[in-house]
Amino acid sequence: MKNCEYQQIDPQALPTQTPPPPPLQEEKEEEEEEGGEKREEPRRPRRKWEVFPGKNRFYCDGRIIVARQGGVLPLTLGLILVTCGLFFVFDCPFLVKHLTSCIPFIGGGLFVFVVITLLQTSFTDPGILPRATPDEAAEIEKQIDTTGNSSYRPPPRTKEVVINQQVVKLKYCFTCKMFRPPRTSHCSLCDNCVERFDHHCPWVGNCVGKRNYRFFYTFIVSLSFLTAFIFGCVTTHLSLRAQGGKGLVFALQESPGSAVELVICFFSVWSILGLSGFHTYLVASNLTTNEDIKGSWSGKGGEDVTNPYSHKNIFINCCAVLCGPMPPSLIDRRGFLPSDESVQTASVDIELPTQATKSEINVTEED
Amino acid sequence: MAETHSLQDLQQPTVSSKVYVQRDYSSGTLSKFQTKFPSELESRLDKQQFEETIQTLNNLYAEAEKLGGKSYLEGCLACLTAYTIFLCMETHYEKVLKKIGRYIKDQNEKIYAPRGLLLTDPIERGLRVVEITIFEDRSIGSGR
Repeated sequence: MKNCEYQQIDPQALPTQTPPPPPLQEEKEEEEEEGGEKREEPRRPRRKWEVFPGKNRFYCDGRIIVARQGGVLPLTLGLILVTCGLFFVFDCPFLVKHLTSCIPFIGGGLFVFVVITLLQTSFTDPGILPRATPDEAAEIEKQIDTTGNSSYRPPPRTKEVVINQQVVKLKYCFTCKMFRPPRTSHCSLCDNCVERFDHHCPWVGNCVGKRNYRFFYTFIVSLSFLTAFIFGCVTTHLSLRAQGGKGLVFALQESPGSAVELVICFFSVWSILGLSGFHTYLVASNLTTNEDIKGSWSGKGGEDVTNPYSHKNIFINCCAVLCGPMPPSLIDRRGFLPSDESVQTASVDIELPTQATKSEINVTEED
Repeated sequence: MAETHSLQDLQQPTVSSKVYVQRDYSSGTLSKFQTKFPSELESRLDKQQFEETIQTLNNLYAEAEKLGGKSYLEGCLACLTAYTIFLCMETHYEKVLKKIGRYIKDQNEKIYAPRGLLLTDPIERGLRVVEITIFEDRSIGSGR
């Protein structure tokens, strides 16, 4: 944080800065909509997702949001589809004949549950906080300034707040230009502040935060059941086939798909079960992965620190995290930009890349 | 939107300044705003009026985020249907947010607009602040 840029945002300066951007802005608008100066009304009203400053991609006119880096979501989906496909083709017919006909139904139900929760985890807004408006940012900067710092060092960018007798430090986010609420963290991959930030999951290609944590948890729990179920079925299938002295090799030759399933399930069941167990512990103590890794409430400093957000009761913690009210998305992707604000938002949009690239370095250093 | 209505009524007055009422995090991550009366509003508004507005907003948000039988039921039902009911049903939180929108509009019309002020719904600012816009005090009937 040495020599970091400390730029004061002067709202009076903003209107004067807009004349230089018009050449850029005209180019930008020409790319998106044909012709049209800044002052003219656009051909069609723009939705807010089109000027969203974070690194996200939007589909279906803003209904679906994913991180820009797709991660390995296609791989995750592919693995699940392939494994289940092989299961239904190779194992189900045999098991239905020799065991019970419930097997495909249980497998099918679990499969549907897993895919739906996976897609919901990937496509839901995790709890992104919209960035501060320029006026808000200027107000905060003014407040920080007045806490009296005439030296050349930049003023402190933390604020302390007492929650349930615990002192919690709120950090200032250079990219989003606001003090982060408690439990909020800035994801550098998505370039957004996310509420109750858990972690950025490459397997689902999205951050896991306040709004999609319950989907994520349901996904990994149902995936553990599915993986364990398929593993059990494949093992039963192969052992039934290998009965009568025929041997495992014979069984595998008769049902090659089962070999593939066996390998996939064997390697994934331990990690998925482990992950489910870990997250069950987090849910029961109302912690996030981020807090657990940083050891925020483990009392390493020797002080008496406890998690101020826990309800001190495992059952209530579980209910609060998994069955609590579903907060709405704060970024209003599908709202229309008001015509008088579209100018301001567009100019902020252009300014942000130059400031954000520098601030990103700060953020990654901070976190 | 309420903004357009009041602008038309007041014949596009200029914005003098904006006051931001910050969040109160003393109870954790629940949505709650500070009831401290900003000094910039002293000339325009009663302290009691302001505190009442903010307190009502806080109560409404508490109602939206309350952990109780109804929200658990909604949550469990959603889990059983793999959360697909969120696609077709309006959640309790969304219903209360609409109520908050109506309350703010009502307060603007009755109390704030006549004093040259405008409350912005916090949801439009990501539930970070309650933005109060102070318009320049113009006498009635003057043009630009």
